[in-house]
Amino acid sequence: MVKKEKVIQVKNLVKKFGDFVANDHLTFDVYKGEIFGFLGANGAGKTTAIRILCGLSIPTSGDISVAGFDAYTQTENIKKNIGYMSQKFSLYEDLTITENIKFYAGIYGLSDKEIKQKSDKLIQKFNLSDKKNKLIKSLPLGWKQKLAFSIAIIHNPKIVFLDEPTGGVDPITRRQFWDLIYEAADAGITVFVTTHYMDEAEYCNRLSIMVDGKIEALDTPENLIKQYKVDNMDQVFLKLARKTNA
Amino acid sequence: MRTIKFIIQKEFKQIFRNKSMLPMIFVIPLVQLLVLVNAATFEIKNIDLIIVDKDLSSTSRQLTAKFNGSAFFNVVKTTFSVQQAEDYLYQDIGDLVLVIPQNFEKQLVKNQKADIQLLINAIDGVVAGLSNYYATSIIAGLNKEVITRWYGVSKGNSAYKQISIQYSHWYNPELNYKTFMVPGILVLLITNIGLFLAGMNLVREKEIGTIEQINVTPIKKHHFIIGKLIPFWIISLFELALGLIIGKLVFDIPIIGSLWLVFSVTAIYMLVVLAIGLFISTITENQLQAMFFAFFFNLVFILMSGLFTAVESMPTWGQILNKINPIAYFIRVMRMVLLKGSTFIDILPEIISLSMFAVLMFSLAVWNYRKTS
Repeated sequence: MVKKEKVIQVKNLVKKFGDFVANDHLTFDVYKGEIFGFLGANGAGKTTAIRILCGLSIPTSGDISVAGFDAYTQTENIKKNIGYMSQKFSLYEDLTITENIKFYAGIYGLSDKEIKQKSDKLIQKFNLSDKKNKLIKSLPLGWKQKLAFSIAIIHNPKIVFLDEPTGGVDPITRRQFWDLIYEAADAGITVFVTTHYMDEAEYCNRLSIMVDGKIEALDTPENLIKQYKVDNMDQVFLKLARKTNA
Repeated sequence: MRTIKFIIQKEFKQIFRNKSMLPMIFVIPLVQLLVLVNAATFEIKNIDLIIVDKDLSSTSRQLTAKFNGSAFFNVVKTTFSVQQAEDYLYQDIGDLVLVIPQNFEKQLVKNQKADIQLLINAIDGVVAGLSNYYATSIIAGLNKEVITRWYGVSKGNSAYKQISIQYSHWYNPELNYKTFMVPGILVLLITNIGLFLAGMNLVREKEIGTIEQINVTPIKKHHFIIGKLIPFWIISLFELALGLIIGKLVFDIPIIGSLWLVFSVTAIYMLVVLAIGLFISTITENQLQAMFFAFFFNLVFILMSGLFTAVESMPTWGQILNKINPIAYFIRVMRMVLLKGSTFIDILPEIISLSMFAVLMFSLAVWNYRKTS
């Protein structure tokens, strides 16, 4: 992979809630077009960091730029250039598939013609023409997640942030979901993804592993496995988590 | 501007897909108008009367017959014991005891003067005052008859020396209580619907988590709030139209002023109410909290507004407090325009105040809605 343009630059990011330090001097860069895995146990501070990068939360200190914009003062510019899909399911359950597409495409400022095109393309791609007027709540979780992802990148953002996108989904659907992620990355969208699943971690170009608010490791999956002299990512993760507990 | 269109479309779809919404929009106004206007009345009828007639003379019978024949009184018990009558009062069997002492007629003939006692249950001061007033006028009526019958009408007669007052009731000549209440209940109706619908709406998105997805889009805060506001604004104006039709058909309330004026002021007023609702939505975390806030504001504003009690008789601090009560302004406008036919110039001060509230509350709602925490 050609490492050229940095789309996310984070230097000494600190986020405190009162006395609690959720993010303790995080430093990392994410390059254009890569799939960047953001790993960590529950409560390690992943969601806090992702919310800051999305402009939903203001950091306590540090230099952070996302898609070329400052995370303190230019949050609304950041929002124009990113897509976001959270672990909490975020489509409107009481709207149909097409209505959800239309609404989100509309507020991202797509023209009527573009909305129509994108909507038709999505429905065709997922083979949903017989279900397009069904309410979201009637769809199985896997479908909802795939749709939510597709809608999160409907405006062709520079970066898409996925916060545990495959939680609670079966392995086959997870695999299909990762096909969508690769497709987006091929189209030039940088993917920033958090996950608990270590098999998924191996699909990423580069990984960072967070433990107790700090980044403990950051490299490609292969290098990490080599560095920690183990067989797979699962063991890397366990080794890191155990190190801090000891 | 296009963004607002997409929000409005989405809101309307969600509103009408909610199964409890349509009944709310159509049933609540009907029930509120039909039930409240008829029930919430200050006219006092059917006062339960207990008569203690110890005299049993023709004059005392004449008096009890007058009470019996009055629409305001309902004779529930007659007894000869004041003690017994007091017990009835105590047990809430009656509201008023009329005691005619022994030798009432004799005293009246001999001394041209006699006493009657009224015992009134005054737990509700307003009811007690009115009961007293009605009873006193019936007794005064008897007084007049007695004087006329026994002494005839003559110039020296004290009963005819009094100043006689000619009065005419303006704007509601029949003193129809419903005419007075309908505009007020209409205000209550659209305020309730607007405040609760708007108050619940935004906070619901917080509960289900979709607000996060909205906050991560580049949507402008005021676009979002406007988009949330307009659907409920349209529904409220529709509710007003529905309420006015019911008021006209069922209660035949006069609509003297311009309907355009009524709807225009309502449009401004609803901006205030909906902005308060959305503001509540921004300061609360869930629908339950929002409900409590909305309920609290609603209750205080309505009881202070002059809907049921006259603002003029409130203590000074209450009247000052009412200067920030949008409902008070709006009830006044509705009564003035509908019943008196007031014009734009007459209600201009209220329009200016309501517009200021609208701007203030809308700005507060937009300001307090945070896309970034």
